[in-house]
Amino acid sequence: MQLLLQNITHHYGGTTVLDDISLTVDDGEIVCIVGPSGCGKSTLLRIAGGLEKPDQGQALLAGPEPDGSLNPLTYIFQDFALLPWRSVEGNVSLVLEDHGIAAAERRAIIADVLARTNLSDFAKALPRQLSGGMKQRVAIARALAVKPAIMLMDEPLSALDSQTRELLMDDLVTLWTRERFSACYVTHNLNEAVRLGRRIIVLSRRPGRIRDVVEIDMPLAERADRLAELETLQRRVWEIMREEAREADREISDVA
Amino acid sequence: MSHDATHEQPATDAATANESGQRPVPFRGGGFVHRSLGPVAPLVFLAILAVWELGSRSGFISPIALPAPSEAFGALVDLFQTGMLWKHLGASLYRLVVGWTLGSLLGIAVGLFIGLFSLARAGLLPLVSALFPVPKIALLPLFIIWFGIGEGSKVATILFGTFFPTVIATYGGVDNVDRNLIRMGQSFGMSWLSIVRKIILPGAMPAILSGFRISASIAIVLLVAAEMIGAEFGVGAYILMAGALFALDQLIAGVALLSLIGLIIAWLIGKLEKRLLSWRT
Ligand SMILES: Nc1ncnc2c1ncn2[C@@H]1O[C@H](COP(=O)(O)OP(=O)(O)OP(=O)(O)O)[C@@H](O)[C@H]1O
Ligand SMILES: [Mg+2]
Repeated sequence: MQLLLQNITHHYGGTTVLDDISLTVDDGEIVCIVGPSGCGKSTLLRIAGGLEKPDQGQALLAGPEPDGSLNPLTYIFQDFALLPWRSVEGNVSLVLEDHGIAAAERRAIIADVLARTNLSDFAKALPRQLSGGMKQRVAIARALAVKPAIMLMDEPLSALDSQTRELLMDDLVTLWTRERFSACYVTHNLNEAVRLGRRIIVLSRRPGRIRDVVEIDMPLAERADRLAELETLQRRVWEIMREEAREADREISDVA
Repeated sequence: MSHDATHEQPATDAATANESGQRPVPFRGGGFVHRSLGPVAPLVFLAILAVWELGSRSGFISPIALPAPSEAFGALVDLFQTGMLWKHLGASLYRLVVGWTLGSLLGIAVGLFIGLFSLARAGLLPLVSALFPVPKIALLPLFIIWFGIGEGSKVATILFGTFFPTVIATYGGVDNVDRNLIRMGQSFGMSWLSIVRKIILPGAMPAILSGFRISASIAIVLLVAAEMIGAEFGVGAYILMAGALFALDQLIAGVALLSLIGLIIAWLIGKLEKRLLSWRT
């Protein structure tokens, strides 16, 4: 399934946040979106996921939904968004309960996604008992449970320390190699972007416009071993961003 | 017990300093942490009773001003032996339970409405703010006309008294539910009802339960008022009767009964919080 954003423009009050943004996420492709703070990345992702209506332009889906997908466009949040009163399996169960799945099948799905994210031993744990990395794994398991066609990830690793981030990045690469999910991946972290992105879309400071697109053809699985090449790419992306980031940093935000 | 800072004597620091001038870093943590000190509450309680009893026996507290605890206890024993205790308690508990339950259920329902629907908020919230401060005791004659002089008016007084604090606690709790969790529910395509049932209601539960603590106390306060007119039995009626006759020992005995009810209800709500809110740290 493809996600197409066409000429998205959006305002908050008098401020233009997004200005005429068009992009496509192809089947099985991870598109990374980077840009200075406050340039509208989260807004763009909310529009892509149907959580917000753009002032102009449209978000479209193309192609058939994959078989058995319960929620083709599925979010992964920066702050995990787990219900603190539900156990790990309860949190995964939550998103299945509205779909009229028989209890036995639901249990099978939960066991399967927990196994795929190495969480089987923690099925009964409450979120407060888990580390940040574990919580985000639960959120990924929850997303996998609804068989998404496209994952919308808003800085999914930003709340984690750098070691945990490395581990989860490896997990994501393994997962992608196996399942070939498509994703729109918003991040601040250029290293994440060059490790995971097929394409990196660099947004300008507010109002967010597409500043440049960097394509990376290197297969995901090889990237961990070819860090030197990625380093040059990362520097290229940073060169594009530097001026924008500097300007954005000096701006006074008048929106709360 | 709560905000007690730990005081270290500087003398001990100086004493442990050795010749090379090494000394431990002064400890400045501690405090602001609750420790559970089991027997403190009963001890405080017993100490007050003992001082009071001693004061009465020695004549320092005049029996006209305040009867000794032993006399009040005698009145309680009297109540128990004549079997009136259960009649009074039964009548009062019935009114409390029915009035508080109905008031709480209605309060939660209306609070949810105000929390969830803009129209309900615009229409009902000013009404709640206007009616909450009205003393329900002042409305007792109205309640008697509307609901009869029997149980109706008494239950209604307690119901109205518990309704408003519950409304306010509930809609405040709904407002405080993490918006991100709601957005998560929406992003997974959960139905409106599921989001309310599985995300908003549990998220508002801490606020609702602390509302219960307040509304339960208000219910007990209103019990005495509700039993002011046309009540034959009831702890409130018993207290009012004792007051009218200046039978101070009975009055104190009745008040002790109310306190006991309050303690038990607080304990029950504590249990409920432990059960429903075990997910909190
Ligand atoms: N609901 C809203 N109402 C009003 N203004 C908003 C709202 N959401 C975001 N904004 C403003 O729109 C701009 C873009 O916000 P957005 O969160 O999309 O940026 P971002 O690129 O995700 O930033 P960050 O990198 O800090 O996450 C910001 O200036 C923000 O203050
Ligand atoms: Mg953001």
